[in-house]
Amino acid sequence: MHAVEAHDLAKTYPPGTKALDGLGLTVGQGEVLGLLGPNGAGKTTTVKILTTLTRPDSGSARVAGHDVLRRPDAVRRVIGVVSQRSGADPAATGRDNLLLQGHLYGLAGAALKERTARLLDRFDLGEVAGRQVKTYSGGQQRRLDVALGLVHRPKVLFLDEPTTGLDPEARAAMWEEISRLAGDEEMAILLTTHYLDEADRLAGRVAIVDAGRIVAEGAPGRLKGELRGDAVHIELKEETAGASEALSTVPGVREVQVDGRRLSARADDGAAAVPAALAALDHAGIAVASVTVARPSLDDVYLKHAGRRFAEA
Amino acid sequence: MTALMTDTWWMTARRLKAWIRQPALLVITLVQPAIWLFLFGNLFKKVVQLPGFGSGSYLDYLVPGVVVMSAVSSSMWAGMGAIEEIDRGTLNRFLVTPVRRSAIMNANLVEQAVSTAVQSLLIVLLAWAAGAEFSGGIGGVAVLVVASVLLGAVFAAMSNTFGMLIRQRETIIGLSVFLLLPLTFLSSAFMAPALMPEWMRHVAAANPLNWALDTARAALSASPDWGIVVIHGAWLLALAVVMVGLSIRTFRTYQKTV
Repeated sequence: MHAVEAHDLAKTYPPGTKALDGLGLTVGQGEVLGLLGPNGAGKTTTVKILTTLTRPDSGSARVAGHDVLRRPDAVRRVIGVVSQRSGADPAATGRDNLLLQGHLYGLAGAALKERTARLLDRFDLGEVAGRQVKTYSGGQQRRLDVALGLVHRPKVLFLDEPTTGLDPEARAAMWEEISRLAGDEEMAILLTTHYLDEADRLAGRVAIVDAGRIVAEGAPGRLKGELRGDAVHIELKEETAGASEALSTVPGVREVQVDGRRLSARADDGAAAVPAALAALDHAGIAVASVTVARPSLDDVYLKHAGRRFAEA
Repeated sequence: MTALMTDTWWMTARRLKAWIRQPALLVITLVQPAIWLFLFGNLFKKVVQLPGFGSGSYLDYLVPGVVVMSAVSSSMWAGMGAIEEIDRGTLNRFLVTPVRRSAIMNANLVEQAVSTAVQSLLIVLLAWAAGAEFSGGIGGVAVLVVASVLLGAVFAAMSNTFGMLIRQRETIIGLSVFLLLPLTFLSSAFMAPALMPEWMRHVAAANPLNWALDTARAALSASPDWGIVVIHGAWLLALAVVMVGLSIRTFRTYQKTV
């Protein structure tokens, strides 16, 4: 059984904005699925449906075995949600926020106190636990949000753009934290993000969303591997005739393009192709200024499947 | 049922805690009633000598008016809280937990009732300290507080409905500016109905703020007229039920538009 299973979800918001158009996905137990796409691709709508906030026009979904449409109450008991907007009560203290959250899941007494203390400690909020949340820094607030989502030990955790709006330092700390959560075999995580590096770093598997559908899916490494190899860029000391031909003779190197002093090509294994390429150019008497090898990025994957650069989407 | 009650308890405790945490706010909400009581009370002291006014002390007359007006004035801001909870994502955070939906609405109502009751009682105490007399005794004051709580529920529900529907703070401010003074002055809050122009008396008869005043004044008089208390109180209750019903419907609609 998958922790999350969605089939053919469709949802149109009035006056006819298609948010989801046949989206389907699965998240396995203990897995982190990164739902990657630009704003408006349908990520948040997907999370809203799976967390029972809204209903799809058609399609079906199960979370931890419970149908989100027929048993929303059962779903709510087993999910933790960290949404884009904080949601913590700014007038209450961090501790009170956690205690209330626990009460809403039926926790109480010493068990809840202990759970709260442990979470405050773990998310490094012990010192500010007695202060009103409105005095928290962005990073502290976000850590509290995650702690709120974990109070009741959910089986499935939804992280909707957990690092949007954080400064680089706070983002790095949040990544650290999410990586730790990802190690929990009992919990499945669905992470939405529009940061390629975030999905690349945190998700075991990535699903790329575009216009309300999944256009590609797989482990980040595999998705990138499907692209035809690494990009190899070579800069020559000066523009030389015959450089392109010399490079083309190297086994495993293809799609050689010349732009003045710059040569670029693709190679299945960029690092392995470099010595041979340099040797071939040297043999032809061509002087090289620099070489760079770039691994294909998720950006390249997005370009391939959605037909445009991520940044332009 | 017990689960609903525990949920309601926790959700209400949250709101009351936030409220208790800002005692300054309570003091500020009492400044205006105090000004109305003492400024108006002194400025128009001699109004009672007008033939047909029919009351001994203007301060005594003014107290229910100020209590009821303040209840409307503070309840009308309820929608601001609703908008803030939606904007901040707090409402959605609750909606993805197993908390009973009705507990969220119950908490709004209970908080509103408690804060209106406390505010009303404090104004009564303030007036009492200034020398106002309550011929109807404790019973009369109790009816005054209940009437202002019901009236507060009417306007809090209205404000919440607009807040959830339109989600603009300006709407709530506009509503409050637009309604508060006309509702107050088209009632017996400051002037005896017998001395109002006739058309105004007719308008006042359909003014819920005036229903609350009729109810309270009937109970506060030396010889309470319980018939009026019950009938006008019932109108008020009916309107409160309708408005709260409307706000619950709007809440359901909100859940569909998330």
